[in-house]
Amino acid sequence: MRMFISPVKHNAPPGSLHDVSSEPKTPPSGSEPKTLSQKVWEEHVVHREDGQPDLLYVDLHLVHEVTSPQAFDGIRQSGRSVRRPDLTISTEDHNVPTEDIDKPIADEISAKQVDTLRANTEEFGITHYPMGDKNQGIVHVIGPEQGLTQPGMTIVCGDSHTSTHGAFGALAFGIGTSEVEHVLATQTLLQPAQETMSITVNGELPEGSTAKDVVLAILGECGTGGGIGAIAEFRGPVIEALSMEGRMTVCNMSIEFGAKAGMIAPDETTFAYLEGLPNAPKGADWDAAVAHWRTLRTDEGAKFDREVVLDGSKITPHVTWGTNPGQVISLADNVPSPDMFDDPVARDAANRALEYMGLTAGTPMREVPVDTVFIGSCTNSRIEDLRAAAAVAKGRTVKDGMRTLVVPGSGLVKEQAEAEGLDKIFIDAGFDWREPGCSMCLAMNPDKLKEGERSASTSNRNFEGRQGRGGRTHLVSPAVAAATAIAGTFATPEDLR
Amino acid sequence: MDPVHIVQGTAVPLDRSDVDTDQIIPSDWLKRVERTGFDKGLFAEWRDDPTFVMNQDEYLGANVLLGGPNFGTGSSREHAVWAIQQYGFAAVVSSRFGPIFRNNCTKNGLVAVEVTPEISDQLMAAVQADPTLELTIDVERRTLEVPALDIEVSFELSDAVQHRFLNGLDDIGLTLQNQASIDSFESARPAFKPITR
Ligand code: SF4
Repeated sequence: MRMFISPVKHNAPPGSLHDVSSEPKTPPSGSEPKTLSQKVWEEHVVHREDGQPDLLYVDLHLVHEVTSPQAFDGIRQSGRSVRRPDLTISTEDHNVPTEDIDKPIADEISAKQVDTLRANTEEFGITHYPMGDKNQGIVHVIGPEQGLTQPGMTIVCGDSHTSTHGAFGALAFGIGTSEVEHVLATQTLLQPAQETMSITVNGELPEGSTAKDVVLAILGECGTGGGIGAIAEFRGPVIEALSMEGRMTVCNMSIEFGAKAGMIAPDETTFAYLEGLPNAPKGADWDAAVAHWRTLRTDEGAKFDREVVLDGSKITPHVTWGTNPGQVISLADNVPSPDMFDDPVARDAANRALEYMGLTAGTPMREVPVDTVFIGSCTNSRIEDLRAAAAVAKGRTVKDGMRTLVVPGSGLVKEQAEAEGLDKIFIDAGFDWREPGCSMCLAMNPDKLKEGERSASTSNRNFEGRQGRGGRTHLVSPAVAAATAIAGTFATPEDLR
Repeated sequence: MDPVHIVQGTAVPLDRSDVDTDQIIPSDWLKRVERTGFDKGLFAEWRDDPTFVMNQDEYLGANVLLGGPNFGTGSSREHAVWAIQQYGFAAVVSSRFGPIFRNNCTKNGLVAVEVTPEISDQLMAAVQADPTLELTIDVERRTLEVPALDIEVSFELSDAVQHRFLNGLDDIGLTLQNQASIDSFESARPAFKPITR
């Protein structure tokens, strides 16, 4: 007997959030109510053809040293040029050391990658912010702070956390190196239509919970695959009450549940944040822009392909226990037992994660000792994150033997923090105050975990070896990271009182 | 990229879920500025372990990588696709792929075959039991066939990607055929949009 099974999209398990369809979806017609993401998408279609992906115009292309060298090479080899260097911006972040930045980069291969970017941006006339420049920083921190990230734009970067920029109501997503080359050459990108997904967080957050806890709770709900094939829109009272920086933290981690992008409709909070930033529109342009931005909301009656609803009043401080960001629990909980998972795949993954993480089921998270604390990354290295951590550190002392790194997201964040005296608070408490960059988020520079070391990190990925080979990463908010540095085990600021 | 029509051969069973791009190619390897030489970095942290499946003689020379669910989640690094390809794999099979990884596969001619969890489990067990089991992935017919198991399943591959795979076409060249549309779109962009200098 010969078995014939139809494509998986017809066989998705009942109740599954996941639809693997890669067939082009039909775009909504002119009069139909549209979602935020559909509106921004439609505004950028350069060319549409039946059965083909849409050709979308790219408003802003962010470039960094890791995913660009092969793309620039491709441009040169094919005799093409960069179509719009004036819509492209470049910085060095992944490889840069966070100490002694007045000296050349010691790691030769890192140095070569950074030098290659400097040469490429020079050759093609792209603005580049080198190490030591106050505008240099993590690529997803500098776009927003320069005012280059604005509502309704399409923004791409050879980096999966480009979703961060969606906090402004931009359609922003990560692309691969071949696509970087495509954007450099054409200022467009070929994209098959995506599904739409709404994630509504109702109610009001309890005192002590932060944007990071919101997104970790969402990950606990959706798992690592719940957003695959969709653009997520975060909505509801909890999201609306977040600051722009909190919204960036939430959108930053959209890719961790597999979403193509995460977006939040622009509102007064967005406009107030943008007004007066260096690249924000001015005068009549500002009025025209705001008038347009106000239309960028999901229409009444628009339908989402998937919907997730969370009760924000139940979101307490969260911490990951495993080796993917969906393996997350409340800090008040115990390390889960693999037996708690009905799905054999999840059970298997839990077993492997506990072994790698060196954890025993049933141990209260509050009793797990930590030896390293990292406060930084494009998830949590902006000024409000540093303020939240400093508020906890103030007048306290880091636990003996604890290694701590506080790494601002950019030169401007560092400057602002120092103007507010936050550096002094950190240093007095025993934290290490560093220069801007990605740092221990992915350990491409000298900041690494050693085998078996355990960190509380404000970054976005707890994959095996992410922060150094054999290192064990737990994702937390800046407030929890700071409290943990002081307590020596996972703790909330409340626990220190 | 080179055209691909049919991938025929044996498979390596990598029986783990959530194999993310940090596992496929650890970040140390991302420092290179070349596009080749990534084969040695493939699963670098696991390859030191002599019991790791890719170190088993019976799986040498396989050209299909059989992964668990959620294969290729995580970062946008295309290096993950280059590493898999340069090691000698022409196709990857999983019940669910990380979306950026899957898209990157389409840019390089690596065939990403998404199957149901049942088929994936069945293949995994069969290849573990018999490393010589032959698989055929046909891009033209969009099918995965394993004659010894009497399996023939179809998989999703959009017409656009299939066309490029079969003809080995480069996206940029195709897009530049629409240069006039890009020019006219560009000239109508609102004045308030920012520039970077
Ligand atoms: S901070 Fe981490 S996640 Fe963000 S861009 Fe840098 S390496 Fe990527």
